Amino acid sequence: MPAEAEARDLCQQVLKRVGSNPAEVLFFTVDSALTRFANNSIHQNVSERDTRLVLRYFEGKRAGLATTNRLDAAGLDEIVTKARAIAHASTEDPDQTGLPGPAHYSPVQAYDEQTAQYTPARRAQAVGVVCQMAKEKGLNASGAFSTGVEALTVANSEGLFAYHQGTTADFQIVVMGADASGRAHRSGWCATDLPVELLGKDAVYKAERGQNPRKVEPGEYTVVIEPSVTEDLLDQLNFHGIGAQTVIEGRSWMNDRIGQKVMSSLVNIWDDGLDPKSLPLPFDFEGVPKQRVDIVREGVIQGPVYDRYTGQKTGAASTGHALEPELRSIGPLALNLFMGPGESSVEDLIRSTRRGLYINRFWYTRLVHPRDCVITGMTRDGVFMIEDGELVYPVKNLRFTQSYVQALNDVDAIGSETSLMVGPYIRTATRVPALKISRFNFTGVTV
Amino acid sequence: MKTLMSRGLDLAKLKGARYADIRVVQNRTETMSVRDGVVEAMTASENTGFGVRVLAGGGSGAWGFASSRDLSPEEVDRVTALAIEIAAASAMVSGDMVDLGPAVTSQGSYQTPIQIDPFGLSIEDKLAVLLAADAEMKRVQGVRVRRSNLTFIREQRWFANTEGAFTDQVIYEAGGGMQVVAVGEGEIQSRSYPASFGRQQVTAGWETVLNWNLPGNAERIASEAVALLTADPCPSDITTSIILGGDQVALQVHESCGHPTELDRVYGTEAAYAGTSFLTTEKLNQFQYGSPVVNLTADSLRPLGLGTFGWDDEGIPAQSSPLVKDGLFVGYLMSRETASRLGRVSNGCMRASGWNRMPIIRMTNVSLEPGTWSFDDLIADTDDGILMETNRSWSIDDKRYNFQFGTEIGYEIKNGKIGRMLRNPTYTGITPQFWNSCDAVCNAGHWVMWGTPNCGKGQPSQIAHTGHGAAPARFRNIRVGVLK
Repeated sequence: MPAEAEARDLCQQVLKRVGSNPAEVLFFTVDSALTRFANNSIHQNVSERDTRLVLRYFEGKRAGLATTNRLDAAGLDEIVTKARAIAHASTEDPDQTGLPGPAHYSPVQAYDEQTAQYTPARRAQAVGVVCQMAKEKGLNASGAFSTGVEALTVANSEGLFAYHQGTTADFQIVVMGADASGRAHRSGWCATDLPVELLGKDAVYKAERGQNPRKVEPGEYTVVIEPSVTEDLLDQLNFHGIGAQTVIEGRSWMNDRIGQKVMSSLVNIWDDGLDPKSLPLPFDFEGVPKQRVDIVREGVIQGPVYDRYTGQKTGAASTGHALEPELRSIGPLALNLFMGPGESSVEDLIRSTRRGLYINRFWYTRLVHPRDCVITGMTRDGVFMIEDGELVYPVKNLRFTQSYVQALNDVDAIGSETSLMVGPYIRTATRVPALKISRFNFTGVTV
Repeated sequence: MKTLMSRGLDLAKLKGARYADIRVVQNRTETMSVRDGVVEAMTASENTGFGVRVLAGGGSGAWGFASSRDLSPEEVDRVTALAIEIAAASAMVSGDMVDLGPAVTSQGSYQTPIQIDPFGLSIEDKLAVLLAADAEMKRVQGVRVRRSNLTFIREQRWFANTEGAFTDQVIYEAGGGMQVVAVGEGEIQSRSYPASFGRQQVTAGWETVLNWNLPGNAERIASEAVALLTADPCPSDITTSIILGGDQVALQVHESCGHPTELDRVYGTEAAYAGTSFLTTEKLNQFQYGSPVVNLTADSLRPLGLGTFGWDDEGIPAQSSPLVKDGLFVGYLMSRETASRLGRVSNGCMRASGWNRMPIIRMTNVSLEPGTWSFDDLIADTDDGILMETNRSWSIDDKRYNFQFGTEIGYEIKNGKIGRMLRNPTYTGITPQFWNSCDAVCNAGHWVMWGTPNCGKGQPSQIAHTGHGAAPARFRNIRVGVLK
């Protein structure tokens, strides 16, 4: 992993080659490993060491982008030649904002040496423990335990320089029986903070308890959802409407609703890249400092997050939410979402429910219609009927088709504990509690 | 290259590997996108690296994989040693003895046949197609956002193993598409061409982009998007016949046939993430997956398919094998290890998304073979139903039974004729019931090789490019219109 001085030197080598034109260099490095298990044994166990150098080069209002993982002199020469040729062939973009100048970044703690040094043997030991738990109950454990170190450097011709190094850790487990399964998942930047044994016990308990599920009729049910389900709600709302690009294009659930109360007064959602309870990153991929941005306050929509481009288009300032240049057509995105906790334990949420469904996980959720963020998906890895405040029997998986905006309007109570989970593709870190939602629309059952 | 690769394999053997392979991948990608008449992004990317996979460790042995971007001899040594160390850790929690079946000793070279090398054209010439398409979309009043894009890939892959295989292949891909979004009173509609979610993609050169004729279809899709804003909603919660356009059939095949026939899912090794499969091994050669008109094939030989290559990432030669024959489930997508466990030999479906990923079972080109119907005859033969085209949303459960799909556009079919336009069409079903309700597939004249360049699977995540040949098909008694 390059130290700050090495990263600075590499970026300067690229900027020097660029000459007098405005340019921005991003330098990513990753050293990561993942131990994957299934059928109570490790079946894939991998390691990766890579870098990515990204150059954004400007000729007036025209931009060219080139990337490489080749860091020798020829590689640096080539990336500059390509970015220059692309900018030259491009069209002018009147909304092009140019580059930001130097900024002050708040220090954030996101690096743990033990996590950086985690060995394959340590991951295997942890996996061995949870596989043994499952085996002893006649169940079958699958999952993945990953650890890694990442560094991001942003430098530009205006004198901006930003460097951040952080560690990552993630543990996921699914335990399966003959006709039921349970799952648990946690992310963080400190591997030793992941409660691997507890997660294993939780998944084993749900798989055991879920045997012989009954079929229930689709329809509207009160639901108590675990944080992993709440994560899906925020994830979908994020991709389909929290970024300013979706609002500008008229396809956000926020359109015509900013300043209005469309969710329960209990709901508070914000993004904060500086909070160490997330996977903190003190700046975005343009080098703009991160800050806390309220998205929903007591059910009232506050507005989207911006990068410099969408800010320029709408007269707003960047909130520090630019994605990496190759993903920028998505527009800005909230990478460190939080939902505020309430005062109830999950047991309290169940106890207060006369009849409803407890749901451990959603699966394969997709947008059906953007206006109200209507999503369809399946339940998975643990569904139970709640009657008179108790889990009474396991239930077969159901399909739902439901507006997520409406679901958050129907929040009756919020769990007091929050959990952090990181998405598999774009690194969205989401810290959320369990929820009780008074009505949720189930539209089908599976075999 | 061969010397460097041999170095890794020799070291792996020296350190006790029972089996090892090494892949070097050099990827060059060029993308360009235009939004509302302005170039949104143009990128040229290069990415090179290698990965070493070993079967080593005590007891029954286990897999280890390590990778790096640095192609120096010293780094090959470090990565190989790390792969061995990782395999030893895997062996601490190992399963059954890995049997890879017959040795693989493939030799040779392969290159995607192309007519015009997209990397040999000027950026301006390629961009001109997108700007022309954008200008055509702009002619339609009421469109809110116009987008178009092109992607070109040239990927060279070298493979060698300790059994003596050495292959070298160059794969070209060309992708492109356009989308318009129209926004009305409380309604948002989009139309795409040739395919939704960005683009159609195939293994071919620039000639395929010219064949799509993006400018010639731009005004049509823009008009359709605007018309959809005020079209009647698709009837809700009814059971009727549906005819799916070829692009939607392709995605239906991908989700409800391709994924459940992946043998790693059946054996549980994707249980934590992608899920398992209802097509368990006792159903092989016994289970009526679909009606007699349903024939599904895994094929890595067919022209244009994103799963078309010389060899898979275990060195198995490209080939064709049936998955469903006359409706009967007869085959899986297999690796060497899983095929051996089933008592078969691999049909060449191990693919990695890059040098930094361990190969896993992926679709090659999983296709619905053509039927006998002309499209016009199929419509004329349908008294009452809905035609649905171009995917908008897709969701299916972790065993690949219960699915719900939505398309961008629908049309009512009454008395053998296509009638009014319908917005927000959706349909839902259970996979084997659905395919058993298929009573007509259009003929080869309507059959197109579609590309899915965004198939996610595996941990760490891998995005695969898969192909799906399909023609329009009819399904009876389908639940339609699930949208709250």
